[in-house]
Amino acid sequence: MSTNTEKNMIEIKNLDVVFGEKPEQALALLDKGLSRQEIIDQTGSVVGVHNANLSVKQGEICVLMGLSGSGKSSLLRTLNGLNPITRGSLKVCDGDNVIDLANCDENTLQHLRTHRISMVFQKFALMPWLTVLENVAFGLEMKGIGKKERQKSAMEQLDMVGLSDWAHSKPHELSGGMQQRVGLARAFAMDTDILLMDEPFSALDPLIRAQLQDELIELQRKMKKTILFVSHDLDEALKIGSHIAIMESAKIIQHDKPEDIVLHPKTPYVEDFVAHTNPLNVLGGRTLMTGLDLLTTEQKNDERRIIIDRNHHYWVRLQNGKVEQAGKGDDILPVGEWQEGDGVKGQFAIATPDISMRDAINLRFSSRLPVLLQEDGQFTGVLNDNNFYYALLGKHFVAD
Amino acid sequence: MNWITEHKLPMGQWMESFVDWLTGNAAGFFDAIAFSLEWLILGVTDILLFTPAGILIAGIAILSWWLQRSIGLVIFVVASLLFIANLGYWSEMIETLVLVLMATFMCVLFGIPIGILAAHYPKFNIAIRPVLDLMQTIPTFVYLIPTLILFGLGVVPGLISTIIFAIAAPIRLTALGISSVPEELLEAGKAFGATRSKLLFKVELPAAMPNIMAGVTQCIMLSLSMVVIAALVGADGLGKPVVRALNTVNIAQGFEAGLAIVLVAIMLDRLCKQPNRDR
Repeated sequence: MSTNTEKNMIEIKNLDVVFGEKPEQALALLDKGLSRQEIIDQTGSVVGVHNANLSVKQGEICVLMGLSGSGKSSLLRTLNGLNPITRGSLKVCDGDNVIDLANCDENTLQHLRTHRISMVFQKFALMPWLTVLENVAFGLEMKGIGKKERQKSAMEQLDMVGLSDWAHSKPHELSGGMQQRVGLARAFAMDTDILLMDEPFSALDPLIRAQLQDELIELQRKMKKTILFVSHDLDEALKIGSHIAIMESAKIIQHDKPEDIVLHPKTPYVEDFVAHTNPLNVLGGRTLMTGLDLLTTEQKNDERRIIIDRNHHYWVRLQNGKVEQAGKGDDILPVGEWQEGDGVKGQFAIATPDISMRDAINLRFSSRLPVLLQEDGQFTGVLNDNNFYYALLGKHFVAD
Repeated sequence: MNWITEHKLPMGQWMESFVDWLTGNAAGFFDAIAFSLEWLILGVTDILLFTPAGILIAGIAILSWWLQRSIGLVIFVVASLLFIANLGYWSEMIETLVLVLMATFMCVLFGIPIGILAAHYPKFNIAIRPVLDLMQTIPTFVYLIPTLILFGLGVVPGLISTIIFAIAAPIRLTALGISSVPEELLEAGKAFGATRSKLLFKVELPAAMPNIMAGVTQCIMLSLSMVVIAALVGADGLGKPVVRALNTVNIAQGFEAGLAIVLVAIMLDRLCKQPNRDR
């Protein structure tokens, strides 16, 4: 049952992180249910993370989402021991072994940092006195790899992020986006299973940010790392995350798949976040469509037609559940399977329910017709203007 | 108000008996230091004096080119050295140079590790701060007297006094440099598995290097400013003719020796200046 892809790479249980001189005192107050501010006032200790539970499977990109001060970075930094664990357990896969960071010695931590977990920083954190190549090789040097070998593999990583021409420049000669690519290359060079990314793209301007997000998604397709990604931007989280954990004042308040976060926000706080996102990148046909069960049928001559748009008299006729014919009123219109790109004007496009909202709107626009959804040869629903309007207005999670 | 002055606290006597105690009980130790330092300084000075001036000037010219890559500086250095030789202070200049460089070497040798400790252990930093203040502010002549007694007349008490005066700069600037290493660089170092020593040598020291170098340069300048005072206790060098000129009210000699000191100072400063490297 437990295939490789289902292995939990990271397992966090009841984790508390408290910064300050007397963490025990703060924990006691925390258990009594005092708020963060009350604990600061009484003990001077700051609660970074409170009772976090999270597991991340191999190959996942889990995004820790929240505003500044919500504890997302504090949680991330416990994973490689930059922050101490006050209570609870944090298990990380080390090959076939499992290491609990809550009680591991200096050597084990060292081993994790050089072989299992690497990190990308918000402000790049490149060493200004080293060349780009030496920066990428920095972690390998810490690993104790010889100069020739580490420069060779650093060069390969630089090649991968497209910066081999800059190998012998100093970091400050590079733009922000390029510097962060160096940061990525440095982390990738370690060849670790787990990658921690602490708001890696927040310091970049929007175009470069989008570009690097795409590059990361592309690299991840090849590398299949387990990534824990911190972000304060839900759009970013929705774009790159396979799972999202939303944090508010030191607690994880919702951990779900991106679509579920958008469709079923658990608290008003999450709802607020969701209301300000762009659903184009997140939602797919399945969640947007009006399903077959909600469509009405009509008997015309000997045929049973399914009415997909009453106002415009659009209909489809099914044969064994598959779209056989479609048309408007008395006319029959052509039907075509859609693969990618624009649709054909005046021809119904059949897509799978996995179609993204962006593609679906484009299809609707270019074909001038509602989009038909069919999965495994079965007609499942239709996408029409009202479905899109609801989603764009953030009303799609209202049950109706 | 007599009661204030009636019972004078014997501060001076305490210090005196402490120094007496040192001379009585640790004379061997101080003699050993004095002997080895003197041997080292005189040895280096003799080697440099034995070398023909022309070769030495060429060597220094090459060194300044290698350090700063400035043809103007090379010309200035060569001209200054020839000028000093012409004034007749060549051997005095060599003696001064050796004293200054030796003092700087000692200051770096002890000052940088102390500075690192001070940056890593705030309590230690608090503890040494008043000591450093004292070393920098107490008039030099005051500690010249005990060093003279402990190490005897000659170049060594001059060297020791110079070190006491100049070591605070590298300590302070090293501590400043290390403690102002950006947090994210330290985190990056740790996150990639740097051990404590690797963190020090691969992250902290390189990051603090501009500050440390500034400390070293300051240390050289402070050492140079002590040459005249060192001459008072018998150290050879450019200070000697100044002291002699003062005693004999010899304006000409005083001016020439002073000019030589100034030229050495400018040369050392320009040579040690951090080249305008990209940050």
